Amino acid sequence: MAGSNGSKRKSLKVIGKPFHKVDVKAKCTGEALYADDLTLPRMLHCKLLRSSVPHARIVKIDTSRAEAYPGVKYVLVGKDLPTSFGALPVSEDEHALCIEKVRFVGDPVAAVAAIDEDTATEALDLIDVEYEPLPTITSMQEAYDVSDPRIHEYGEDGNIHRKQVYEFGSVEAGFAAADYVREDITFYEGSTHLALEQHASLAHYSHDNKLTLWSSTQDMHYLHRHLAQVLQIPTNKIRVIATPCGGGFGGKCDPFNHEIVVSKLAMILRRPVKICLTREEVFYCHRGRHPVLMATKTGFKKDGSITAMHHRTILDGGAYGGHGVASTFYTGILQTTTYQLPNYKFEAVRVFTNKAPCGPKRGHGTPQPRWAQEIQMDRIAEQCGLDPADMRWQQAVLPGHVTANWIKIGTFALREAIEKVVEGSGWKKKFRKLPYGKGIGIACSAYMCGTQTPIYWNKMPQSGVQLKLDRSGMVTIFCGSAEIGQGSDSILAYCVAEVLGIDPFDTKVVTGDTDLTPVDIGSYSSRVTLMTGNAAIQAAERAREFLRQAVAEKLQVPGERLVFADRRVFDSENPEKGMTFIEAVWLAESKFGTLGTVGSYTPPAAPGKFKGATIGPSPAFSCTAAIAEVDVNPETGIVTVERMWIAHDIGQAINPVLVIGQVEGDVYMGLGEALMEDMAYRGNRNVVMKNPSFLEYKSPTTMEMCDVVTYLVGEPEPNAPFGAKEAGQGPQLPVPPAIANAIYDAVGVRIDEIPITPDKVLKAIKLKAKGLEGRVGPTVFPTCPMPEAVIVPTPYDGGDGKALEDKAALTKK
Amino acid sequence: MKTVKKSKTKLEKAHISLRVNGESVEVAFAPHKTLLEVLREDMGLTGTKHGCELGECGCCAVLVDGQPVLSCLVLGLAVEGREVATIEGMADGTSLHPLQQTFAELGAAQCGYCTPGFLLTAKVLIEKDAKPTREEIKEALAGNICRCTGYIKIYEAVELAAARMRGEQAEPAEESIYGRQ
Repeated sequence: MAGSNGSKRKSLKVIGKPFHKVDVKAKCTGEALYADDLTLPRMLHCKLLRSSVPHARIVKIDTSRAEAYPGVKYVLVGKDLPTSFGALPVSEDEHALCIEKVRFVGDPVAAVAAIDEDTATEALDLIDVEYEPLPTITSMQEAYDVSDPRIHEYGEDGNIHRKQVYEFGSVEAGFAAADYVREDITFYEGSTHLALEQHASLAHYSHDNKLTLWSSTQDMHYLHRHLAQVLQIPTNKIRVIATPCGGGFGGKCDPFNHEIVVSKLAMILRRPVKICLTREEVFYCHRGRHPVLMATKTGFKKDGSITAMHHRTILDGGAYGGHGVASTFYTGILQTTTYQLPNYKFEAVRVFTNKAPCGPKRGHGTPQPRWAQEIQMDRIAEQCGLDPADMRWQQAVLPGHVTANWIKIGTFALREAIEKVVEGSGWKKKFRKLPYGKGIGIACSAYMCGTQTPIYWNKMPQSGVQLKLDRSGMVTIFCGSAEIGQGSDSILAYCVAEVLGIDPFDTKVVTGDTDLTPVDIGSYSSRVTLMTGNAAIQAAERAREFLRQAVAEKLQVPGERLVFADRRVFDSENPEKGMTFIEAVWLAESKFGTLGTVGSYTPPAAPGKFKGATIGPSPAFSCTAAIAEVDVNPETGIVTVERMWIAHDIGQAINPVLVIGQVEGDVYMGLGEALMEDMAYRGNRNVVMKNPSFLEYKSPTTMEMCDVVTYLVGEPEPNAPFGAKEAGQGPQLPVPPAIANAIYDAVGVRIDEIPITPDKVLKAIKLKAKGLEGRVGPTVFPTCPMPEAVIVPTPYDGGDGKALEDKAALTKK
Repeated sequence: MKTVKKSKTKLEKAHISLRVNGESVEVAFAPHKTLLEVLREDMGLTGTKHGCELGECGCCAVLVDGQPVLSCLVLGLAVEGREVATIEGMADGTSLHPLQQTFAELGAAQCGYCTPGFLLTAKVLIEKDAKPTREEIKEALAGNICRCTGYIKIYEAVELAAARMRGEQAEPAEESIYGRQ
């Protein structure tokens, strides 16, 4: 049953089949137009002057020399855009251009619009900025220790942006019931998205006072709102068009300075203005993986069952809030979704430092805690004398589970996933049996398919789809989703085609245009397939009803007997009796007038009722098991990942070849983070990024990428369109810990910090040879005063999903 | 306001003749421009992409006299009289090149941004070697970075296109499409 996921439901004609993506030919022929490919008549070019210092007050900006430079049309500074903004309403701490101070090397302070890129670049040198340097905050420890100066004047205190503490059940009681309790301190280094396309935007402001912004963005809807807020013009005067996005991975979710700046310049100059960031600037925009230090204390019994976990995290957030408050939640809130965990306490602190701001990168805040949890699970198995694959199988969350923190899990085939990779890899013959230098390791994970609530609170749908059918036979699908390479445009076509019984290429997909398309809140949180898919199905089913009524009347056949398939509508009892799809559309258009339908999707309410309970719950959870086989050279410390076996619970693949592409991409990105990717900063209080280029920031090429064996498993998820769950993020999560666990199997050393570079492996091997602990990783977890926990009784304690009110009230004081 | 003179006087535009995608063309451009910039900005051939403009990512690969080069590292002036091939010229009229077809079949283009560079580089590989091994494909494509696919679907697409170009009736492996059973 498992494996041939695509053919699971044979009655489906489109779903589960390897159709081409609707946009792939354009992408293979150079026809697809990305943001920087666009030009408009009279277009100007913009460049940003970025701060050369990490933390300073701006004493003076003199733009007069730049303004006088031939070819320069305007020089914009911070006071021209005084309204602050930020991805989340709770941390609107950014300005399009810095006004009073700069907070990291690369923070934009001025913008030039000129007749060409060269002139704009040359003019940057003519802007004189006088800085008064401030002490810098470079690390988590410094953020704890130094409360003056503050990078921001808001947050918890000093340079601590955010603290949160939740306790579900009682970890003390859980530890008391345990046979063993262990705490492991681990670190996950920051890494960046490194999408191939550099961010680019083109703004146009027409003489009827309407702004159009074409931009390489994942979250067009939020950008639309932020533009209105900062530019102080109504949203109905702004059109945002998400161009085909040349890679996102979370890096194009935030509203960016340059998007606002070119819009403002276009408004001032009434000429189109374009910007394309350099690769170095993309590193400064960042918003990538937070460096996270973790202390994970877990109580467990001799059979490997977990009695309690107390998980603490510190996030180095960099210079701005961005999505950081959400990231902070995600460093703990999903720890309960892979294995049975009856008592759970989670403490998190996010600090500000004078570095490029961190934010959402593939897996948003969860690869770090998965890493901590999964390398600890390996140790727990060893301590209990259990096979780590068997132990995981035994402890796996089962379908329908409600976690200690009130997250409802739907379908969940983790056990099946573990069985697949264990069998496929020959685990039983290899684990602890391979020669020195060769090793095998396992890890698992679970991930959400979208969040219960959007970024700003509202009761409107998260996703909307409109359909237009007309006498041409064309079905046009309008949706505000942003195609970032994951295939979201195609998902719409497949879902609508399946419902209407036509070919996906009989449709036209129009997405990512706030003037034309109903709102979808964006390509993030692995939400797009589930939410736009459900909305598309609803719209298509409504359209099918129009056709059904018209055809039933014409053929004198009961409507419920009509079948929509193979571009025909026909009587199931007499398939010869029917008509073509286009004839059905003509009939319906004659009977009902112009045809159009809508569909929308709002996630179901989650059972948790405490403050913060909306972060974590999702309409559906995917899960993944991965096994890595590695070669470790004990002379050089070089780790080569030879192969990964990875089984992913997709529910029902809408298009299996696209799902496998996502899974392989997940393995790739996880491998890069595990072994080499590193947002590295120079020390000595300079806080300058060390490696802002493709050459210096190491990422896997074809020579480092491993072989991948993928299994698609699971049962269709009732909450998901045709049962399809996510694949874009979840499968990345088990990859780094599987590799770390395999390294331990190969050479008996534990590298408890990402990336696992050869120097760390070699150091651990040498320590072990000296009879010391063969481990490299953090040993100290800094602490700071924490508020009282929000205490929430678990479902197993007879809780009702609410926090204990008295404790919650104390926290606020 | 004081006036500021341009630090350097702009050089006159260079004017060259070359062949692009099989057609003779003339183009004028500022002489410091790279081939990448000339193609994109002066000839409207935006199918050639850029990811770093420093010769590090492979996005901007085009063929000059049949050999892959990074167009961000070549001056426009250097292609006077040469034959340049870009992604826009890869299809043969109405027929996609077999590589374009197999990239579509296997989902080897996700965001599509690195795709033109991969396609052109792979084209040269399979013209030279009708049956490259997986290792030879990896080596040939080692200068092209893709952040979406993990390269696997790209290898499979190159192997499939090479097989078809050898005249074989090749289809994607079941495992590539549906996963291992």
